[in-house]
Amino acid sequence: MLDDFLIRAMLAGVGLSLATGPLGAFVVWRRMAYFGDATAHAAILGVALALGASLPLYLGILIVAFAMALVVSVLAGRGHAMDTTLGVLAHSALALGLVTVSFVSGVRVDLSAFLFGDILAVSRMDLLVIWGGGLLVLAGLVWRWSPLLTATLSEDLATASGLNPKREQLLLTLALAVVVAMSIKVVGALLIVAMLIIPAAAARGLSKTPEAMAILAVLIGIAASIGGLFASLQWDTPAGPSIVMAASAVFTITAVMNK
Amino acid sequence: MSLITAEGISLKYATNTVLKDVSLTINKGEIVTVIGPNGSGKSTLLRALLGAIQPASGRIMRKPDLRIGYVPQRLMIEANMPLTVRRFLSLPKRHSASEIAEMLARVGVSGLETSQLTQLSGGQFQRVLLARALLGKPEILMLDEPTQGLDQPGIAGFYQLLETVRREIGCAVLLVSHDLHVVMSTSDRVICLNGHICCEGTPHVVSEAPEYRALFGDGTHGTMALYQHAHNDHCDHEHNNEGQTHAG
Repeated sequence: MLDDFLIRAMLAGVGLSLATGPLGAFVVWRRMAYFGDATAHAAILGVALALGASLPLYLGILIVAFAMALVVSVLAGRGHAMDTTLGVLAHSALALGLVTVSFVSGVRVDLSAFLFGDILAVSRMDLLVIWGGGLLVLAGLVWRWSPLLTATLSEDLATASGLNPKREQLLLTLALAVVVAMSIKVVGALLIVAMLIIPAAAARGLSKTPEAMAILAVLIGIAASIGGLFASLQWDTPAGPSIVMAASAVFTITAVMNK
Repeated sequence: MSLITAEGISLKYATNTVLKDVSLTINKGEIVTVIGPNGSGKSTLLRALLGAIQPASGRIMRKPDLRIGYVPQRLMIEANMPLTVRRFLSLPKRHSASEIAEMLARVGVSGLETSQLTQLSGGQFQRVLLARALLGKPEILMLDEPTQGLDQPGIAGFYQLLETVRREIGCAVLLVSHDLHVVMSTSDRVICLNGHICCEGTPHVVSEAPEYRALFGDGTHGTMALYQHAHNDHCDHEHNNEGQTHAG
């Protein structure tokens, strides 16, 4: 069954959605879109690092994405007017990554695969990484769900309840780095944040509780992955962007329904 | 037994010293009110006592595993987070449906379980915040200007409720307010704050203290009476009391 590239692609989309649904909800609630962008764009730098230092690709991305997420997390903790700084970081990281990759000699790198993903070329090994990472992130979020929600609502409320909001923040930072690393082959560095935000935003209007929103975001992510893949086959369009478009379509429908 | 003790703490925001050399102790079951003008460091002190910020110097000791019920000044709910009252009251610890229903009834907002937090009125919201704090069976309730934005009847109602529940569960209370006229008439102690502790004592002593008058003027006598009259039935605290004052 796994010999079929389409089955592998669908499984990749489902594995990714398990993590992006609940994590995406937190990205929306905490207004971390730029945070996600900066981390995702740093992934290209991770590709360069992995190629240059002959590290496994996923490891290189994970290291750089986590380092970037930590930097951004510290900066964001400093104040509210961080929008500009985060924007500068996000785009600088992308540019630096692109420039650095061009210096890595010997290897011809297909950059567009990393920027936009190539879900139809996902291997069994990739599937293992995607499902391993997806289940890991999902388990981490479920394990810390209530503390994470409380800390998201108010750090002071969380502290008063005996929690450590900084530790919860660190968990999200780590989860984001894992999601970036595992999704680069699926939707690419430029569209990862779209897969985090759009399903969660689409789920918002249909949900009464945070849990409902997270679960619905997973389902919408899965539906968008499968729908986008078939659309891509049908009309011969790029798979990653088609998946994002399918998610956007769901968002548009739920937004109109709620008007 | 002391629940929280602060010894000579200073608090800074960036390089600004907001509070310096503050020492205070809150004992089991004690009702302490902190008053001071806007910007006097009241909220900062409260956040330090609950552990949200670290003092630049001095130290804070909390009873191990102290159960704190915190009622913030306001809580911004992100519009994109769907949250019912029932779910909110179970954060971070789960409470049964009957516990929640009982607590909502106790604070006077029965039947709000399925309402979205963002749809509540100001008064309902503050009562739900109080309900959440109480569900944790607190040893100390910490309230930061909990009636901000409420009208006069709303304020009076909230403090009456606070006095009632606090009598029932006997926890300590640390209340921050910018106005002496909302000081609980049952306060054991009032601490007047303006960058440091100006004076402290019973409500009566503080209202007579020159340091307090220098901060708030003389005109507060009438407004203070307003609140105390509302509780004349059990307002029998001594008027020849023994509070101490520190020179400002």
